[in-house]
Amino acid sequence: MIPLSDFLIVGAALFSIGIVGLFLNRKNVITILMCIELMLLAVNINFAAFSHYLGDLDGQIMVFFVLTVAASEIAVGLAILVAYYRQRRSIAVEDINTLQG
Amino acid sequence: MIEAGFFYLFGGMAILSALGVIISGNTMYSVMWLILCFFNASGLFFLLGAEFLGIILILIYVGAVMVLFMFVIMMLEVNKTAKREGWLQYLPVGGMIALILFIELVAAATSGIFTTDKMAMMSHYGGEVNNTVEIGKVLYTELLLGFEIAAIILLVALVGSIVLTLRERQDAKYQNISEQVKARKEDRLRKVSM
Repeated sequence: MIPLSDFLIVGAALFSIGIVGLFLNRKNVITILMCIELMLLAVNINFAAFSHYLGDLDGQIMVFFVLTVAASEIAVGLAILVAYYRQRRSIAVEDINTLQG
Repeated sequence: MIEAGFFYLFGGMAILSALGVIISGNTMYSVMWLILCFFNASGLFFLLGAEFLGIILILIYVGAVMVLFMFVIMMLEVNKTAKREGWLQYLPVGGMIALILFIELVAAATSGIFTTDKMAMMSHYGGEVNNTVEIGKVLYTELLLGFEIAAIILLVALVGSIVLTLRERQDAKYQNISEQVKARKEDRLRKVSM
């Protein structure tokens, strides 16, 4: 029987790696989106672990909803990237400052 | 014990491939590492008895979202624009934040609060039936409102991404249907006296 804390440690490690990735890849929007996916995956692992060890199914339902929101977030984010690329022929983050006014 | 062996295999591979995602310089390689990470996380879900979520993770993430990522990367030629200089500049700050957060989370996880004997143990919903049936029983009855809200979120994301990427092509020829319907015989025919 694997203790619950082991799963929580894996989730914490994935979440921390996601945060480091946000700082490391500040110039690449697609990698930033992938790091967000990584952090959401860590949260999902925590939900599933608690669901298993509590014997309660609600954690898995919550993972389902998190997956839904993450998928739609990625779809809209990549659509924004494509639309931006058509305007500026570049998706470098340091160029995306035209909304500053 | 074989279960613990699989746990360390899947967990270790998930963490290593997550490191590969953030370290790899090529964005396409990052996507490949993320696919490996999702496969291993799916294995963790299987270990946790969440078979439905494990399969859904592979189907949706590896099958749809990661393919979408690859499609956008190939279409936008990101690899040419991704500049890598100075990428270690923010490593001390980000690494310290992440390290502190990791230590805090591990301390909380191993503090003994989350041991299973102190938790209120409830039985699974069905007990006899499999995981997919259990989720379906809860999802379509008690949590129907949340399920429908999720469906509406997906619909809005679908419509939104289509609207964002839609563009009028200047060089294409379109039908003007209202003009076609409005056309009368006098507009098209002309009597000439020979």
